[in-house]
Amino acid sequence: MNIHEYQAKAVLKSFGAPVAEGVPILTKNDVDAAIAALPGPLYVVKSQIHAGGRGKGKFVELAEDAKGGVRLAFSPEEVKSHVEEMLGNTLVTKQTGPKGKQVNRLYLEDGADIARELYCSILVNRETGKVAFVASTEGGMDIEAVAEETPEKIHTIDVDVEDGVTDAVVAQLIKAYELDGAAAAEAPALFGALYKAFVEKDMALLEVNPLIVMENGSLRVLDAKVSFDGNALFRHPDIMELRDETEEDAKEIEASKHDLAYIALDGDIGCMVNGAGLAMATMDIIKLYGAEPANFLDVGGGATTEKVTAAFKIITSDPNVKGILVNIFGGIMRCDVIAEGVVQAVKEVGLKVPLVVRLEGTNVEKGKEIINSSDVDVVAANDLDDAAQKIVAAVKGAA
Amino acid sequence: MSILVDKNTKVITQGMTGKTGTFHTETALAYGTQMVGGVTPGKGGTNWVGNVDGKEVPLPNFNSVAEAVEQTGANASVIYVPPKFCAAAIEEAIDAEVPLIVTITEGVPVADMVRVKAKLDKSNSRLIGPNCPGVLTPDQCKIGIMPGNIFSQGNVGIVSRSGTLTYEAVFQTTNAGLGQSTAVGIGGDPVKGTEFIDMLEMFLGDDDTHSIIMIGEIGGSAEEEAAQFLADEAKKGRKKPTVGFIAGRTAPPGRTMGHAGAVISGGKGGADDKIAAMEAAGIAVSPSPAKLGETLVALLNK
Repeated sequence: MNIHEYQAKAVLKSFGAPVAEGVPILTKNDVDAAIAALPGPLYVVKSQIHAGGRGKGKFVELAEDAKGGVRLAFSPEEVKSHVEEMLGNTLVTKQTGPKGKQVNRLYLEDGADIARELYCSILVNRETGKVAFVASTEGGMDIEAVAEETPEKIHTIDVDVEDGVTDAVVAQLIKAYELDGAAAAEAPALFGALYKAFVEKDMALLEVNPLIVMENGSLRVLDAKVSFDGNALFRHPDIMELRDETEEDAKEIEASKHDLAYIALDGDIGCMVNGAGLAMATMDIIKLYGAEPANFLDVGGGATTEKVTAAFKIITSDPNVKGILVNIFGGIMRCDVIAEGVVQAVKEVGLKVPLVVRLEGTNVEKGKEIINSSDVDVVAANDLDDAAQKIVAAVKGAA
Repeated sequence: MSILVDKNTKVITQGMTGKTGTFHTETALAYGTQMVGGVTPGKGGTNWVGNVDGKEVPLPNFNSVAEAVEQTGANASVIYVPPKFCAAAIEEAIDAEVPLIVTITEGVPVADMVRVKAKLDKSNSRLIGPNCPGVLTPDQCKIGIMPGNIFSQGNVGIVSRSGTLTYEAVFQTTNAGLGQSTAVGIGGDPVKGTEFIDMLEMFLGDDDTHSIIMIGEIGGSAEEEAAQFLADEAKKGRKKPTVGFIAGRTAPPGRTMGHAGAVISGGKGGADDKIAAMEAAGIAVSPSPAKLGETLVALLNK
């Protein structure tokens, strides 16, 4: 689960990390109070959306030469005019896709005098199974580009779960960042606080880009991007309250209510599959035969008729879907349960597009019989290759 | 021979009295696995009664893994404990020095697995999973949730991060008349007990395994490391025909595709790099999950 920058900073501040003073702006009525709460005269107005690249982003409603999604302001009047232009408009960044995201929240922050910009993130290092700091002196830039062009400037420093952030870990970080003076003195507290926040709140990623050294030599968290391990949210009700459903796809929210793993994509062939690996492979094979998948959908190992019906409804609610491929390898999941779910769903919501079903495994004969004896218009397939070719042909033929 | 499990493997179920634990203990018994007991705190001294092919089969319940191991001589444990309590269940099995721990549970918090992994590294236990379908040696031992009816005894070793793709590989090798030595699902989580390399090492050393199917997916770099391992071993003369497959070529970056570990992040973990690494190591990469068996047969007939 992702949260907004201003929420992330509030979480980090509660662990003692140095962040600037700031106030969220949810409506234009909040602006005066927000300005009054900050010392000025330098302010930063930041779009709050769950996507990066905001500074270089463009608002679709504004002129091409208008400023981006993160703006400096040197007076309260300038803050107001920025808010007027930004709030409610649609920001397109390289991470939002061409449609962009509506900016429903802004964050007004106290400006800082920046001497150096650094990169700091904490994540789980899959190669070692340990929590690790990723440190680079190249802050404020796209870290993927840094990793690509100058990998020697990226340092990965593992933390032992039993020892935490030791003096040795801090020493490695200070060296990696070339810190001295006040910044070096503040380093143990800052990195300790970030690590503590990561572990105690079950974060999946904590990214501070940039972490800055200010003109006065102190460290500050200038931007913060935090996502949480969805499997650990049960122990963090406070974090769950930070979820902003307007940032998520409506179909994905509906799917999560039925405990279905669903991800909306841009193609036109809807997929219903059991198992995450097979669901990905089904998307791949659709592409291999020249079409694009409309979604990833894993109905899971223990699906019921109700769950299959819900999955089918979500797929058909996508107006882009021109055909549906059901691909089931029944292990624990029985083919007859899937068949009943499909027949039930078609009865309830109707079927306006071609449907290809491939069933294999447990109770396959029973499943095929249920589908054949129903009046649902289904194209049966022998294996996954056959199924993919048939649905692609059906969709292309209809176009 | 086979790897990890055979007819002498004695298995206990942690979480046997739950619905999932009961169902899969029954199917394991029906398959002929030596199930010897279960662990549910508070139910020690009572019997669990399963229904196997219409007959009632009792197994003893124990309060702790240590007690179960002492009383039954179990050398493997399978865990169906809910995610919240799963790490504690694995840690209990490590403390009881169970040699093989197979964790089926999906949804264990990553931070819990970081802790478990640190403990595991200092122990002699092997953990398979979590979030995996288990381990199966045909006609000898079935630990986990794989459908036994699609297996046949044979000589293909199968290792995979995905459950249903494991079944595809099993089904296709059965239909091709090749059969399996052992199939291992190592699981779809980012931090897990066993990675590809350990399983490949075992398959290379197993006389009954004549060829290998390795199924990976996006996320992490375990496939690249495994490919490098196979290339290095081949230089030493240890080599078996290997077919590979990677799921997730079309997955968008930054999205977690069902499995917690299936995510392309920070520009790393994409399918193309993995496929390239496999091909460079001499692995025959199947273009489709429907052609795993076919690709292997073609490779063996070369």
